Amino acid sequence: MKTEYMMGNSAIALGAIAAGVNVACGYPGTPSSEIIDTIAKHNTNKAIHVEWSVNEKSAMEVVAGASYAGARCLVTMKMMGLNVASDALMSLAYVGVEGGVVIVSADDPGPISSQTEQDTRLFAKYCRIPVFDPSSVEEAYKMIQDAFDYSEKYKTPVLFRPTTRIDHAYAAVTYDETATPKEIPGFVKNSKRFVIFPRLSRMNHEMIEKRNPEIGEDFSSYKCNSFTGKEGNKKAVIAGGVSYAYAKEYLQDRDDVTLIHVATPHPLPETFLLNALKGIEEVLAVEELFPYLEEEVLLLSGKHKLNLSVYGKHTGHMPTAGENTAEGVAEAIGLFLGERKPEDPGKKAFEGVVDKIKDRLSGNEEVMMEEPKAPMRAPVLCAGCPHRASFYAVKSAMKGKKANFSGDIGCYTLGNAMPLDMVDTCLCMGAGITMAQGLHWTDEECVNFAFVGDSTFFASGMTGVANAVYNQADLIVCVLDNSTTAMTGHQPHPGTGITMMGDVANAISIEAVLKALGVKKVLTVNPLDLKAATEAIEECAAESGVKAIIFKSPCIAITKATEKCVISDRCISCKKCIREIGCPAISVVDEKVIIDPNLCTGCGLCTQICPVAAIEKEVR
Amino acid sequence: MSYNILLCGVGGQGTVLASKLLAASAMENNETVHSAETIGMAQRGGPVSSHVRIGEDVYSPLIPKHSADLLIAFEPSEAVRNLDFLKDGGAVIVNEIPMMPVTESLQPTGYNGREMIRFLKQKIQKLAVVNADELCAPLGSSKFFNVAVLGVALGARFLHFEEETVKNTIAKTVKEKFVESNIKAFEIGKEVGLSMKPDFDALDNVVPKREMTEEERNKIIALEEQIQTAKERRYETKQ
Repeated sequence: MKTEYMMGNSAIALGAIAAGVNVACGYPGTPSSEIIDTIAKHNTNKAIHVEWSVNEKSAMEVVAGASYAGARCLVTMKMMGLNVASDALMSLAYVGVEGGVVIVSADDPGPISSQTEQDTRLFAKYCRIPVFDPSSVEEAYKMIQDAFDYSEKYKTPVLFRPTTRIDHAYAAVTYDETATPKEIPGFVKNSKRFVIFPRLSRMNHEMIEKRNPEIGEDFSSYKCNSFTGKEGNKKAVIAGGVSYAYAKEYLQDRDDVTLIHVATPHPLPETFLLNALKGIEEVLAVEELFPYLEEEVLLLSGKHKLNLSVYGKHTGHMPTAGENTAEGVAEAIGLFLGERKPEDPGKKAFEGVVDKIKDRLSGNEEVMMEEPKAPMRAPVLCAGCPHRASFYAVKSAMKGKKANFSGDIGCYTLGNAMPLDMVDTCLCMGAGITMAQGLHWTDEECVNFAFVGDSTFFASGMTGVANAVYNQADLIVCVLDNSTTAMTGHQPHPGTGITMMGDVANAISIEAVLKALGVKKVLTVNPLDLKAATEAIEECAAESGVKAIIFKSPCIAITKATEKCVISDRCISCKKCIREIGCPAISVVDEKVIIDPNLCTGCGLCTQICPVAAIEKEVR
Repeated sequence: MSYNILLCGVGGQGTVLASKLLAASAMENNETVHSAETIGMAQRGGPVSSHVRIGEDVYSPLIPKHSADLLIAFEPSEAVRNLDFLKDGGAVIVNEIPMMPVTESLQPTGYNGREMIRFLKQKIQKLAVVNADELCAPLGSSKFFNVAVLGVALGARFLHFEEETVKNTIAKTVKEKFVESNIKAFEIGKEVGLSMKPDFDALDNVVPKREMTEEERNKIIALEEQIQTAKERRYETKQ
């Protein structure tokens, strides 16, 4: 055994390895990405098959096949990826598994880097499968191993849902560094079991509904479901996930309030909860995202005619959106227990006024200055980012023309920021290409552009292109190919040819894919060559049908800059470079335009914009 | 008992390495430690923070507000932004060199950091203001500030670790070719921290204080009463 200080995602990865995982698949997505990275790092003898699949649905299906052969399998994704994988998962839940299948779907309350605040626990209930909800890094390591055992015991896929504050929290974890993948029994053909037909679904549905209460009963004695507090307590707090940690932080070792930790929200451990809630008259549900525990307790209370008042999101005792904080939970529990009084918003303002008057009278006026406001720090495209150049080229080429710009998911969503202002829509992975078609059918005069990253193109862009070609839409697909999955931490993808097994496979050419899909014009340009890029765009805009431009230039984070841009004294301070491209390396100090040599990568976009050619490239 | 350290700054300043070194030092000391980082969108020029919590009675990875014993701010405005986390009597180490928002050239905010430092000086008793550029000048790059500032914290006795403990963790954590320069950064920081110690006592005198006169006190009481009555009246009308 070895003890290391590690990230929650590493603990989940090492837990899966300790459980003898054979196959691990996933698609990058914050906050889940480091799990697959960690497994690959520890897979030195290549005994585990690790892959970044092209999308979450592919990952789930690869795993379904491996599991039928008896392999223990892990699938990782962020919660929106679960939407993509749900087609496979929903059916897999009916068919069941042979080798244990654990699907890690990382939720992102806040949301901190996501489009939605959906709740994987609810998804588990919808799929009728078990879900594990770890409350700490240490617990996650053990719990994922239990998840594999339960999956095999009941022959069902199980969900495992950490949240950002578990994934990206750190703690010391003792792990088994000698674990080896388990023996794979091999696929035993059985079409009655593995081929889903309405008859099988009907039969299995019945079996699942009969089985779930049994799992709930089993979970009632699961060690991670626990409660503290003495007999005779009237008030209880029920919590799950990191919110349990926040509740514990406030209550510490108090026994006058019952604190219930639900580690397996579905199937609900009813016996455990009835036992924990014995004699309780009021309960506060402390959780993030959906009021899941709150509704389950309400249901339980109705079913068993408990004399119980349930408080939470439905009653306004907990916030309905956003992530919980330690102090927010402390405040809510404090109010619930009558230990804190609701804050009077007038009181603070009043005290502030009195303080000021006091200071004025005592001659301290100068001293008590008001808290200055910290400046906004909005995220922007990095200095030298090739996406800036691509967006700028399209913007320049379309100046004065009617055009729509459909964006997509990735770093390039930041192209919406001023002064570029080049993202009119952004919905979900791959939607830019298809939405541009929808916009086209409403106004055929308008030129429609769809921006898609290289990884997103493989994940879910290709079908959209086929749709456009087949239905004879008119659009320009702009593939922003920076040769990596940048936003989630630079993972490889089919276009790079690098696999998680350490091999270099056949890189798939985006150009060849587009041509094969019937795109009649496919141009590849370096976006940092503004003239060539603009010409390519103009050429495409002049033609009808589906056209594509691949803007190819690597992400600045995976290359080393060899040049930098410098401003000569020819600069007339017109600030056109600043107004047009908004590069964070360029700023004005004492009315003079300067370029920060530490930030500049020498991309040279500004040198092509300067009206007096005052900016030049220089070797670093 | 727990000791909570919040590190904050702007993406790219190296707060993550500093928090890793703090956690590793605590581990080396056989102490329980937890931490949490901001990862994702915020890294691209946005505000970042690392929560480091040392001690047994810690359950959540995030420091609750008004609970940080030490705030290490790599940037003046980030210190102010995160001041809510500091507990009463907590200590602050702040780099006085501001980082302009990346959008500054487009939407000038007039931000220069000086106002932030002035505010901190008035509000915080245990305050150590350092200049990252001056501190790191002998090292040739301000990038070493993340390690140097740990030296400052240790020198000023805001950290309970032995010097050797931190040095060992530096040697174990950073790339071999950077070990020597990082240890040097730590030592330079420590000297600065040591030299600062007397200033803290002096800081108590920065805020001019004098007793209120009887007349002034009565005025305030009268004012308070007036405001209170007005407030109550407003409250009654509402009801």
